Amino acid sequence: MSELYNVSSSPHVRSKDTTGRIMLYVIIALLPTSIFGIYNFGYKALVLILVTIASCVVSEWVYNKIVHKKNTLGDLSAVVTGLLLALNLPATLPWWQAVIGGAFAILVVKCLFGGLGQNFMNPALGARCFLLIAFAANMTNFTIDAYSGATPLAALRNGEAVNTMDMLIGKTAGTIGETCTVAILIGAIFLILMGVIDLRIPGTYIVTFVIFMIIFGGHGLDSNYIVAQLCGGGLMLGAFFMATDYVTSPITPNGQILFGVCLGVLTGLFRTFGANAEGVSFAIILSNLLVPMIEKITIPKAFGQVKEGKKHE
Amino acid sequence: MNKYLERLYNGIIKENPTFVLMLGMCPTLAVTTGAMNGLGMGLSTTVVLILSNLLISAFRKVIPNGVRMPAYIVIVASLVTVVEFVMKAYTPSLAAQLGVYIPLIVVNCIILGRAESYASKNPVLPSVFDGLGMGLGFTFGLTCIGIIREILGAGQLFGYQVLSLDWFTPITIFVMAPGAFLVLAVLVAIMNIVREKMEAKGKPLASPSGCLTGDCASCGQSSLCTGRKDTAKTE
Repeated sequence: MSELYNVSSSPHVRSKDTTGRIMLYVIIALLPTSIFGIYNFGYKALVLILVTIASCVVSEWVYNKIVHKKNTLGDLSAVVTGLLLALNLPATLPWWQAVIGGAFAILVVKCLFGGLGQNFMNPALGARCFLLIAFAANMTNFTIDAYSGATPLAALRNGEAVNTMDMLIGKTAGTIGETCTVAILIGAIFLILMGVIDLRIPGTYIVTFVIFMIIFGGHGLDSNYIVAQLCGGGLMLGAFFMATDYVTSPITPNGQILFGVCLGVLTGLFRTFGANAEGVSFAIILSNLLVPMIEKITIPKAFGQVKEGKKHE
Repeated sequence: MNKYLERLYNGIIKENPTFVLMLGMCPTLAVTTGAMNGLGMGLSTTVVLILSNLLISAFRKVIPNGVRMPAYIVIVASLVTVVEFVMKAYTPSLAAQLGVYIPLIVVNCIILGRAESYASKNPVLPSVFDGLGMGLGFTFGLTCIGIIREILGAGQLFGYQVLSLDWFTPITIFVMAPGAFLVLAVLVAIMNIVREKMEAKGKPLASPSGCLTGDCASCGQSSLCTGRKDTAKTE
Protein backbone atom coordinates (compact mmCIF):
# COMPACT_ATOMS: atom_id res chain seq x y z
CA MET A 1 0.00 0.00 0.00
CA SER A 2 1.41 3.38 -0.89
CA GLU A 3 2.13 5.96 1.77
CA LEU A 4 -0.45 8.27 0.20
CA TYR A 5 -3.41 6.09 1.08
CA ASN A 6 -2.37 5.25 4.60
CA VAL A 7 -5.44 5.93 6.73
CA SER A 8 -4.97 6.57 10.45
CA SER A 9 -6.59 8.58 13.18
CA SER A 10 -5.19 11.90 14.37
CA PRO A 11 -2.77 13.22 15.58
CA HIS A 12 -0.78 12.94 12.35
CA VAL A 13 2.07 15.26 13.25
CA ARG A 14 3.87 14.40 16.44
CA SER A 15 6.56 16.32 18.27
CA LYS A 16 9.85 14.59 18.93
CA ASP A 17 9.47 15.35 22.61
CA THR A 18 8.56 12.41 24.77
CA THR A 19 8.19 12.39 28.54
CA GLY A 20 11.55 10.64 28.85
CA ARG A 21 13.27 13.24 26.68
CA ILE A 22 11.87 16.18 28.65
CA MET A 23 12.81 14.53 31.93
CA LEU A 24 16.32 13.99 30.55
CA TYR A 25 16.56 17.73 29.82
CA VAL A 26 15.50 18.44 33.40
CA ILE A 27 18.16 16.08 34.74
CA ILE A 28 20.81 17.78 32.58
CA ALA A 29 19.61 21.17 33.79
CA LEU A 30 19.93 20.02 37.39
CA LEU A 31 23.51 18.79 36.90
CA PRO A 32 25.27 22.12 37.64
CA THR A 33 23.30 22.46 40.87
CA SER A 34 23.98 18.87 41.89
CA ILE A 35 27.69 19.08 41.10
CA PHE A 36 28.03 22.30 43.04
CA GLY A 37 26.08 20.77 45.94
CA ILE A 38 28.46 17.79 46.03
CA TYR A 39 31.47 20.13 45.80
CA ASN A 40 30.07 22.30 48.60
CA PHE A 41 28.83 19.64 51.01
CA GLY A 42 31.22 16.80 50.23
CA TYR A 43 30.68 13.08 49.64
CA LYS A 44 27.69 13.05 52.02
CA ALA A 45 25.70 15.01 49.47
CA LEU A 46 26.63 12.56 46.71
CA VAL A 47 25.58 9.59 48.85
CA LEU A 48 22.30 11.29 49.74
CA ILE A 49 21.52 12.09 46.09
CA LEU A 50 22.23 8.50 44.98
CA VAL A 51 20.26 6.99 47.87
CA THR A 52 17.22 9.18 47.22
CA ILE A 53 17.18 8.47 43.50
CA ALA A 54 17.57 4.73 44.17
CA SER A 55 14.73 4.82 46.69
CA CYS A 56 12.41 6.53 44.18
CA VAL A 57 13.28 4.22 41.31
CA VAL A 58 12.96 1.06 43.40
CA SER A 59 9.64 2.24 44.90
CA GLU A 60 8.18 2.84 41.46
CA TRP A 61 9.41 -0.53 40.16
CA VAL A 62 8.05 -2.39 43.18
CA TYR A 63 4.68 -0.62 43.02
CA ASN A 64 4.25 -1.38 39.33
CA LYS A 65 5.16 -5.02 39.99
CA ILE A 66 2.67 -5.35 42.84
CA VAL A 67 -0.29 -3.81 41.02
CA HIS A 68 0.66 -5.46 37.69
CA LYS A 69 1.06 -2.19 35.84
CA LYS A 70 3.32 -1.47 32.89
CA ASN A 71 6.82 -0.57 33.98
CA THR A 72 7.12 3.23 33.85
CA LEU A 73 10.76 3.63 34.82
CA GLY A 74 11.67 4.50 31.24
CA ASP A 75 10.11 7.95 31.43
CA LEU A 76 12.80 8.92 33.97
CA SER A 77 10.27 10.81 36.08
CA ALA A 78 11.22 8.80 39.17
CA VAL A 79 14.85 9.82 38.69
CA VAL A 80 13.86 13.48 38.42
CA THR A 81 11.69 13.20 41.54
CA GLY A 82 14.55 11.59 43.45
CA LEU A 83 17.08 14.16 42.30
CA LEU A 84 14.79 17.10 43.12
CA LEU A 85 13.97 15.63 46.52
CA ALA A 86 17.66 15.11 47.31
CA LEU A 87 18.46 18.69 46.31
CA ASN A 88 15.80 19.77 48.82
CA LEU A 89 17.38 17.90 51.73
CA PRO A 90 20.18 19.04 54.01
CA ALA A 91 23.37 17.07 53.43
CA THR A 92 23.44 15.93 57.06
CA LEU A 93 20.14 14.03 56.84
CA PRO A 94 20.48 10.34 57.83
CA TRP A 95 20.28 8.18 54.71
CA TRP A 96 17.33 6.09 55.91
CA GLN A 97 15.20 9.20 56.29
CA ALA A 98 15.97 10.05 52.67
CA VAL A 99 14.83 6.52 51.73
CA ILE A 100 11.52 7.07 53.54
CA GLY A 101 11.16 10.40 51.76
CA GLY A 102 11.75 8.88 48.34
CA ALA A 103 9.28 6.07 48.98
CA PHE A 104 6.68 8.56 50.25
CA ALA A 105 7.12 10.76 47.16
CA ILE A 106 6.64 7.91 44.70
CA LEU A 107 4.20 5.63 46.51
CA VAL A 108 1.88 8.00 48.37
CA VAL A 109 2.02 11.22 46.36
CA LYS A 110 2.39 9.79 42.86
CA CYS A 111 1.49 6.13 42.38
CA LEU A 112 -1.53 5.89 44.68
CA PHE A 113 -3.14 8.75 42.76
CA GLY A 114 -2.60 7.02 39.44
CA GLY A 115 1.02 7.60 38.49
CA LEU A 116 2.67 10.34 36.49
CA GLY A 117 0.13 12.84 35.18
CA GLN A 118 -2.41 12.14 37.93
CA ASN A 119 -0.50 13.31 40.98
CA PHE A 120 -2.17 16.31 42.61
CA MET A 121 0.99 17.80 44.05
CA ASN A 122 4.67 17.79 43.25
CA PRO A 123 5.95 14.43 44.61
CA ALA A 124 9.39 15.75 45.57
CA LEU A 125 7.95 18.69 47.48
CA GLY A 126 5.22 16.58 49.05
CA ALA A 127 7.92 14.29 50.39
CA ARG A 128 10.06 17.22 51.53
CA CYS A 129 7.16 18.62 53.53
CA PHE A 130 6.44 15.15 54.93
CA LEU A 131 10.06 14.86 56.09
CA LEU A 132 10.04 18.43 57.40
CA ILE A 133 7.11 17.61 59.68
CA ALA A 134 8.23 14.07 60.49
CA PHE A 135 11.90 14.73 61.25
CA ALA A 136 11.95 18.44 62.00
CA ALA A 137 15.27 18.37 63.86
CA ASN A 138 17.20 16.51 61.14
CA MET A 139 15.63 18.48 58.33
CA THR A 140 16.72 21.84 59.72
CA ASN A 141 20.24 20.79 60.71
CA PHE A 142 22.32 22.77 58.21
CA THR A 143 26.00 22.12 58.66
CA ILE A 144 28.70 23.31 56.30
CA ASP A 145 32.39 22.55 56.78
CA ALA A 146 31.65 21.02 60.17
CA TYR A 147 30.39 24.40 61.27
CA SER A 148 26.74 24.48 62.16
CA GLY A 149 25.29 27.74 60.97
CA ALA A 150 22.01 29.43 60.37
CA THR A 151 20.75 29.64 56.81
CA PRO A 152 20.95 33.12 55.27
CA LEU A 153 17.17 33.41 55.54
CA ALA A 154 17.22 32.63 59.26
CA ALA A 155 20.02 35.13 59.76
CA LEU A 156 18.09 37.71 57.77
CA ARG A 157 15.05 37.09 59.91
CA ASN A 158 17.08 37.74 63.04
CA GLY A 159 18.19 41.05 61.57
CA GLU A 160 21.78 39.96 60.91
CA ALA A 161 23.68 41.09 57.86
CA VAL A 162 24.23 38.54 55.09
CA ASN A 163 26.75 38.48 52.31
CA THR A 164 24.74 38.42 49.07
CA MET A 165 27.84 37.59 47.03
CA ASP A 166 28.30 34.37 49.01
CA MET A 167 24.63 33.56 48.43
CA LEU A 168 24.98 34.01 44.67
CA ILE A 169 27.87 31.57 44.42
CA GLY A 170 26.47 29.29 47.10
CA LYS A 171 28.94 29.38 49.99
CA THR A 172 26.17 29.30 52.58
CA ALA A 173 24.30 26.81 54.72
CA GLY A 174 21.18 25.25 53.28
CA THR A 175 19.88 22.20 51.48
CA ILE A 176 22.09 20.49 48.90
CA GLY A 177 20.62 22.18 45.85
CA GLU A 178 19.35 25.54 46.97
CA THR A 179 22.51 27.42 47.90
CA CYS A 180 24.11 28.26 44.56
CA THR A 181 21.87 30.69 42.68
CA VAL A 182 24.23 30.88 39.70
CA ALA A 183 24.15 27.11 39.11
CA ILE A 184 20.36 27.08 39.32
CA LEU A 185 20.12 29.93 36.81
CA ILE A 186 22.44 28.11 34.37
CA GLY A 187 20.11 25.11 34.48
CA ALA A 188 17.04 27.32 34.16
CA ILE A 189 18.43 29.10 31.08
CA PHE A 190 19.16 25.71 29.52
CA LEU A 191 15.55 24.59 30.11
CA ILE A 192 14.16 27.83 28.69
CA LEU A 193 16.39 27.59 25.59
CA MET A 194 15.32 23.97 25.03
CA GLY A 195 11.70 25.06 25.29
CA VAL A 196 10.96 22.79 28.26
CA ILE A 197 9.71 25.59 30.49
CA ASP A 198 8.64 29.14 29.75
CA LEU A 199 9.01 32.19 31.87
CA ARG A 200 5.35 32.73 32.75
CA ILE A 201 5.28 30.86 36.06
CA PRO A 202 8.80 31.64 37.40
CA GLY A 203 8.62 35.20 36.07
CA THR A 204 5.32 36.13 37.71
CA TYR A 205 6.35 34.20 40.82
CA ILE A 206 9.55 36.20 41.28
CA VAL A 207 8.02 39.58 40.31
CA THR A 208 5.05 39.09 42.66
CA PHE A 209 7.37 38.00 45.44
CA VAL A 210 9.63 41.06 44.99
CA ILE A 211 6.63 43.41 45.03
CA PHE A 212 5.25 41.68 48.13
CA MET A 213 8.59 41.94 49.93
CA ILE A 214 8.98 45.63 49.03
CA ILE A 215 5.56 46.38 50.51
CA PHE A 216 5.48 44.03 53.51
CA GLY A 217 9.11 42.99 54.03
CA GLY A 218 9.78 45.90 56.35
CA HIS A 219 12.94 46.99 54.52
CA GLY A 220 11.37 48.96 51.69
CA LEU A 221 13.53 49.17 48.59
CA ASP A 222 16.72 47.99 50.32
CA SER A 223 18.23 46.10 47.38
CA ASN A 224 20.54 44.02 49.58
CA TYR A 225 17.53 42.66 51.47
CA ILE A 226 15.54 41.92 48.32
CA VAL A 227 18.45 40.13 46.62
CA ALA A 228 19.12 38.12 49.76
CA GLN A 229 15.46 37.08 49.93
CA LEU A 230 15.53 36.06 46.27
CA CYS A 231 18.75 34.06 46.46
CA GLY A 232 18.13 32.63 49.92
CA GLY A 233 16.21 29.45 50.58
CA GLY A 234 14.61 27.37 47.88
CA LEU A 235 12.98 30.20 45.96
CA MET A 236 15.07 29.96 42.77
CA LEU A 237 15.10 26.15 42.75
CA GLY A 238 11.36 26.11 43.45
CA ALA A 239 10.47 28.75 40.89
CA PHE A 240 12.33 27.21 37.95
CA PHE A 241 12.23 23.48 38.67
CA MET A 242 9.30 22.68 40.94
CA ALA A 243 6.61 25.27 40.22
CA THR A 244 6.97 24.57 36.49
CA ASP A 245 6.21 20.84 36.85
CA TYR A 246 3.80 20.12 33.98
CA VAL A 247 1.50 17.88 35.97
CA THR A 248 0.91 20.19 38.89
CA SER A 249 0.81 23.59 37.20
CA PRO A 250 -2.03 25.08 35.12
CA ILE A 251 -1.98 24.55 31.34
CA THR A 252 -3.81 27.76 30.43
CA PRO A 253 -1.51 30.79 29.88
CA ASN A 254 -3.59 33.08 32.09
CA GLY A 255 -3.80 30.32 34.67
CA GLN A 256 -0.02 30.09 34.76
CA ILE A 257 0.22 33.80 35.50
CA LEU A 258 -2.40 33.52 38.24
CA PHE A 259 -0.52 30.49 39.60
CA GLY A 260 2.71 32.52 39.72
CA VAL A 261 0.96 35.32 41.59
CA CYS A 262 -0.43 32.80 44.12
CA LEU A 263 3.04 31.38 44.65
CA GLY A 264 4.61 34.81 45.14
CA VAL A 265 2.01 35.99 47.61
CA LEU A 266 2.03 32.73 49.60
CA THR A 267 5.83 32.60 49.78
CA GLY A 268 5.93 36.23 50.90
CA LEU A 269 3.27 35.57 53.51
CA PHE A 270 5.07 32.51 54.88
CA ARG A 271 8.44 34.25 54.97
CA THR A 272 7.32 37.52 56.54
CA PHE A 273 4.50 36.42 58.82
CA GLY A 274 5.04 32.67 59.23
CA ALA A 275 6.70 30.79 62.06
CA ASN A 276 9.62 29.62 59.88
CA ALA A 277 12.13 31.59 57.85
CA GLU A 278 11.37 29.50 54.75
CA GLY A 279 8.07 28.79 53.06
CA VAL A 280 8.70 28.02 49.39
CA SER A 281 7.85 24.33 49.55
CA PHE A 282 4.61 24.88 51.45
CA ALA A 283 3.67 27.71 49.07
CA ILE A 284 4.20 25.47 46.05
CA ILE A 285 2.25 22.46 47.32
CA LEU A 286 -0.61 24.71 48.50
CA SER A 287 -0.75 26.35 45.08
CA ASN A 288 -0.66 22.88 43.47
CA LEU A 289 -3.94 22.20 45.24
CA LEU A 290 -5.44 25.36 43.73
CA VAL A 291 -4.54 24.37 40.16
CA PRO A 292 -7.85 22.69 39.21
CA MET A 293 -9.75 25.79 40.33
CA ILE A 294 -7.33 28.13 38.56
CA GLU A 295 -7.75 26.15 35.35
CA LYS A 296 -11.53 26.25 35.68
CA ILE A 297 -11.70 30.03 35.80
CA THR A 298 -9.11 30.63 33.08
CA ILE A 299 -10.47 28.44 30.27
CA PRO A 300 -9.67 30.41 27.10
CA LYS A 301 -12.59 31.52 24.95
CA ALA A 302 -13.01 29.37 21.87
CA PHE A 303 -12.86 31.12 18.50
CA GLY A 304 -16.27 32.52 17.60
CA GLN A 305 -17.70 31.92 21.05
CA VAL A 306 -20.12 34.64 22.18
CA LYS A 307 -20.94 35.56 25.75
CA GLU A 308 -24.30 34.32 27.08
CA GLY A 309 -25.88 37.76 27.32
CA LYS A 310 -24.91 39.00 23.85
CA LYS A 311 -26.45 36.14 21.87
CA HIS A 312 -29.71 37.79 20.91
CA GLU A 313 -28.51 41.12 19.68
CA MET B 1 -24.71 -18.33 66.82
CA ASN B 2 -27.45 -16.83 68.90
CA LYS B 3 -28.74 -13.41 68.08
CA TYR B 4 -26.93 -11.61 70.90
CA LEU B 5 -23.51 -12.95 69.94
CA GLU B 6 -24.40 -12.20 66.33
CA ARG B 7 -24.92 -8.55 67.31
CA LEU B 8 -21.49 -8.42 68.97
CA TYR B 9 -19.81 -10.03 65.94
CA ASN B 10 -21.68 -7.64 63.68
CA GLY B 11 -20.47 -4.57 65.57
CA ILE B 12 -16.86 -5.59 66.05
CA ILE B 13 -16.08 -7.22 62.69
CA LYS B 14 -18.79 -7.22 60.06
CA GLU B 15 -19.98 -3.64 60.38
CA ASN B 16 -17.03 -2.20 62.28
CA PRO B 17 -17.97 1.49 62.59
CA THR B 18 -14.43 2.72 61.97
CA PHE B 19 -13.14 0.49 59.19
CA VAL B 20 -16.31 -0.58 57.41
CA LEU B 21 -19.11 1.91 58.05
CA MET B 22 -16.68 4.85 58.29
CA LEU B 23 -18.79 6.52 60.94
CA GLY B 24 -17.61 8.86 63.68
CA MET B 25 -14.59 9.99 61.69
CA CYS B 26 -14.18 13.24 63.64
CA PRO B 27 -13.14 11.70 66.98
CA THR B 28 -11.38 8.87 65.10
CA LEU B 29 -8.98 11.31 63.48
CA ALA B 30 -8.75 13.86 66.27
CA VAL B 31 -8.20 12.01 69.53
CA THR B 32 -6.17 8.98 68.48
CA THR B 33 -2.76 10.51 69.15
CA GLY B 34 -2.13 7.71 71.64
CA ALA B 35 -3.49 4.28 72.48
CA MET B 36 -4.84 5.48 75.83
CA ASN B 37 -6.81 8.31 74.26
CA GLY B 38 -8.29 5.97 71.67
CA LEU B 39 -9.26 3.45 74.35
CA GLY B 40 -10.78 6.16 76.59
CA MET B 41 -12.75 7.73 73.78
CA GLY B 42 -13.96 4.33 72.56
CA LEU B 43 -15.08 3.16 76.00
CA SER B 44 -16.91 6.39 76.86
CA THR B 45 -18.70 6.20 73.52
CA THR B 46 -19.54 2.55 74.24
CA VAL B 47 -21.18 3.46 77.55
CA VAL B 48 -23.27 6.16 75.92
CA LEU B 49 -24.14 3.87 73.04
CA ILE B 50 -25.36 1.01 75.25
CA LEU B 51 -27.49 3.29 77.41
CA SER B 52 -28.91 5.31 74.50
CA ASN B 53 -29.81 2.13 72.61
CA LEU B 54 -31.46 0.82 75.79
CA LEU B 55 -33.55 3.95 76.38
CA ILE B 56 -34.45 4.57 72.76
CA SER B 57 -35.46 0.96 72.28
CA ALA B 58 -37.56 1.08 75.45
CA PHE B 59 -39.30 4.27 74.35
CA ARG B 60 -39.61 3.31 70.69
CA LYS B 61 -43.40 2.97 70.85
CA VAL B 62 -43.84 6.22 72.77
CA ILE B 63 -41.72 8.55 70.67
CA PRO B 64 -43.80 10.06 67.84
CA ASN B 65 -42.19 9.56 64.45
CA GLY B 66 -42.22 13.26 63.56
CA VAL B 67 -40.07 14.37 66.48
CA ARG B 68 -37.91 11.28 66.88
CA MET B 69 -34.64 13.07 66.09
CA PRO B 70 -35.01 15.75 68.79
CA ALA B 71 -36.09 13.02 71.20
CA TYR B 72 -32.97 10.93 70.43
CA ILE B 73 -30.75 13.99 70.80
CA VAL B 74 -32.24 14.81 74.23
CA ILE B 75 -31.66 11.23 75.42
CA VAL B 76 -28.11 11.07 74.06
CA ALA B 77 -27.18 14.53 75.33
CA SER B 78 -28.36 13.69 78.86
CA LEU B 79 -26.28 10.51 78.86
CA VAL B 80 -23.21 12.30 77.50
CA THR B 81 -23.50 14.93 80.22
CA VAL B 82 -23.50 12.21 82.85
CA VAL B 83 -20.50 10.46 81.28
CA GLU B 84 -18.63 13.74 81.02
CA PHE B 85 -19.16 14.55 84.71
CA VAL B 86 -18.10 11.05 85.73
CA MET B 87 -14.94 11.28 83.64
CA LYS B 88 -14.09 14.71 85.01
CA ALA B 89 -14.48 13.37 88.53
CA TYR B 90 -12.60 10.06 88.24
CA THR B 91 -10.27 10.37 85.23
CA PRO B 92 -9.50 14.10 85.11
CA SER B 93 -6.31 13.74 83.03
CA LEU B 94 -8.04 11.67 80.35
CA ALA B 95 -10.98 14.10 80.34
CA ALA B 96 -8.57 16.98 79.84
CA GLN B 97 -6.84 15.11 76.98
CA LEU B 98 -10.08 14.36 75.16
CA GLY B 99 -11.40 17.86 75.80
CA VAL B 100 -14.26 18.98 73.59
CA TYR B 101 -14.60 15.55 71.97
CA ILE B 102 -16.50 14.16 74.96
CA PRO B 103 -19.44 16.60 74.65
CA LEU B 104 -19.25 16.04 70.90
CA ILE B 105 -20.24 12.38 71.42
CA VAL B 106 -23.81 13.80 71.33
CA VAL B 107 -23.56 14.31 67.59
CA ASN B 108 -21.49 11.18 66.91
CA CYS B 109 -23.07 9.54 63.88
CA ILE B 110 -22.58 6.02 65.25
CA ILE B 111 -24.98 6.74 68.11
CA LEU B 112 -27.66 8.39 66.00
CA GLY B 113 -27.11 5.81 63.25
CA ARG B 114 -27.67 2.88 65.61
CA ALA B 115 -30.68 4.61 67.19
CA GLU B 116 -32.24 5.20 63.82
CA SER B 117 -31.40 1.94 62.10
CA TYR B 118 -31.56 -0.57 64.97
CA ALA B 119 -32.74 0.52 68.40
CA SER B 120 -35.89 2.22 67.13
CA LYS B 121 -37.05 -1.00 65.47
CA ASN B 122 -35.88 -3.77 67.81
CA PRO B 123 -36.54 -4.99 71.36
CA VAL B 124 -34.48 -3.80 74.30
CA LEU B 125 -32.03 -6.67 74.85
CA PRO B 126 -30.80 -7.06 71.23
CA SER B 127 -30.45 -3.26 71.11
CA VAL B 128 -28.22 -3.31 74.18
CA PHE B 129 -26.01 -5.95 72.58
CA ASP B 130 -26.01 -4.00 69.34
CA GLY B 131 -24.76 -0.96 71.25
CA LEU B 132 -22.14 -3.06 73.04
CA GLY B 133 -20.91 -4.59 69.77
CA MET B 134 -20.78 -1.29 67.95
CA GLY B 135 -19.08 0.40 70.89
CA LEU B 136 -16.44 -2.31 71.17
CA GLY B 137 -15.89 -2.16 67.42
CA PHE B 138 -15.36 1.60 67.68
CA THR B 139 -13.02 1.11 70.66
CA PHE B 140 -11.09 -1.54 68.72
CA GLY B 141 -10.71 0.76 65.72
CA LEU B 142 -9.64 3.77 67.76
CA THR B 143 -7.19 1.78 69.86
CA CYS B 144 -5.60 0.24 66.75
CA ILE B 145 -5.08 3.67 65.20
CA GLY B 146 -3.86 5.04 68.53
CA ILE B 147 -1.32 2.22 69.03
CA ILE B 148 0.16 2.62 65.55
CA ARG B 149 0.35 6.42 65.82
CA GLU B 150 1.86 6.32 69.30
CA ILE B 151 4.53 3.77 68.39
CA LEU B 152 5.56 5.48 65.17
CA GLY B 153 5.18 9.02 66.43
CA ALA B 154 6.69 8.73 69.90
CA GLY B 155 8.02 5.20 70.31
CA GLN B 156 5.58 4.70 73.19
CA LEU B 157 2.75 2.33 74.00
CA PHE B 158 0.11 3.40 76.51
CA GLY B 159 2.58 6.01 77.70
CA TYR B 160 5.53 3.63 78.24
CA GLN B 161 8.66 4.00 76.13
CA VAL B 162 8.85 0.73 74.20
CA LEU B 163 11.27 1.81 71.48
CA SER B 164 14.46 3.23 72.92
CA LEU B 165 15.20 6.76 71.77
CA ASP B 166 18.88 5.74 71.47
CA TRP B 167 18.27 4.26 68.06
CA PHE B 168 14.70 5.25 67.24
CA THR B 169 13.89 8.67 65.83
CA PRO B 170 10.20 9.42 66.43
CA ILE B 171 8.38 10.22 63.20
CA THR B 172 6.52 13.14 64.72
CA ILE B 173 4.14 13.54 61.78
CA PHE B 174 2.24 10.51 63.10
CA VAL B 175 1.10 12.21 66.29
CA MET B 176 -0.01 15.21 64.27
CA ALA B 177 -3.16 15.55 62.14
CA PRO B 178 -1.71 14.30 58.81
CA GLY B 179 -0.59 11.07 60.50
CA ALA B 180 -4.18 10.28 61.49
CA PHE B 181 -5.28 10.38 57.87
CA LEU B 182 -2.33 8.28 56.71
CA VAL B 183 -2.83 5.58 59.35
CA LEU B 184 -6.61 5.42 58.86
CA ALA B 185 -6.18 5.16 55.08
CA VAL B 186 -3.70 2.30 55.38
CA LEU B 187 -5.90 0.40 57.86
CA VAL B 188 -9.01 0.80 55.69
CA ALA B 189 -6.98 -0.39 52.70
CA ILE B 190 -5.89 -3.49 54.64
CA MET B 191 -9.54 -4.10 55.63
CA ASN B 192 -10.55 -3.90 51.97
CA ILE B 193 -7.82 -6.38 50.99
CA VAL B 194 -9.13 -8.81 53.63
CA ARG B 195 -12.66 -8.30 52.30
CA GLU B 196 -11.60 -9.01 48.72
CA LYS B 197 -9.60 -12.10 49.74
CA MET B 198 -12.63 -13.47 51.59
CA GLU B 199 -14.84 -12.82 48.60
CA ALA B 200 -12.37 -14.52 46.28
CA LYS B 201 -12.43 -17.57 48.56
CA GLY B 202 -16.21 -17.65 48.31
CA LYS B 203 -16.69 -16.71 51.94
CA PRO B 204 -17.71 -13.08 51.62
CA LEU B 205 -17.29 -11.02 54.76
CA ALA B 206 -20.87 -9.84 54.57
CA SER B 207 -21.17 -6.21 53.71
CA PRO B 208 -23.13 -3.83 55.90
CA SER B 209 -26.77 -4.77 55.76
CA GLY B 210 -28.27 -2.38 58.29
CA CYS B 211 -29.83 0.39 56.28
CA LEU B 212 -29.19 3.84 57.69
CA THR B 213 -31.74 5.68 55.63
CA GLY B 214 -33.66 3.03 53.70
CA ASP B 215 -32.89 4.95 50.55
CA CYS B 216 -30.07 3.34 48.58
CA ALA B 217 -29.55 6.35 46.30
CA SER B 218 -28.57 8.70 49.10
CA CYS B 219 -26.70 6.15 51.23
CA GLY B 220 -22.96 6.55 51.55
CA GLN B 221 -22.56 2.81 52.06
CA SER B 222 -24.43 1.73 48.96
CA SER B 223 -21.24 0.77 47.14
CA LEU B 224 -20.41 -1.80 49.83
CA CYS B 225 -23.95 -2.96 50.52
CA THR B 226 -25.00 -6.40 49.34
CA GLY B 227 -28.67 -5.88 50.12
CA ARG B 228 -28.81 -3.05 47.62
CA LYS B 229 -31.70 -2.97 45.17
CA ASP B 230 -29.79 -2.47 41.96
CA THR B 231 -32.44 -0.86 39.79
CA ALA B 232 -30.31 -0.99 36.67
CA LYS B 233 -30.07 -4.79 36.84
CA THR B 234 -33.63 -5.65 37.77
CA GLU B 235 -35.21 -3.55 35.10
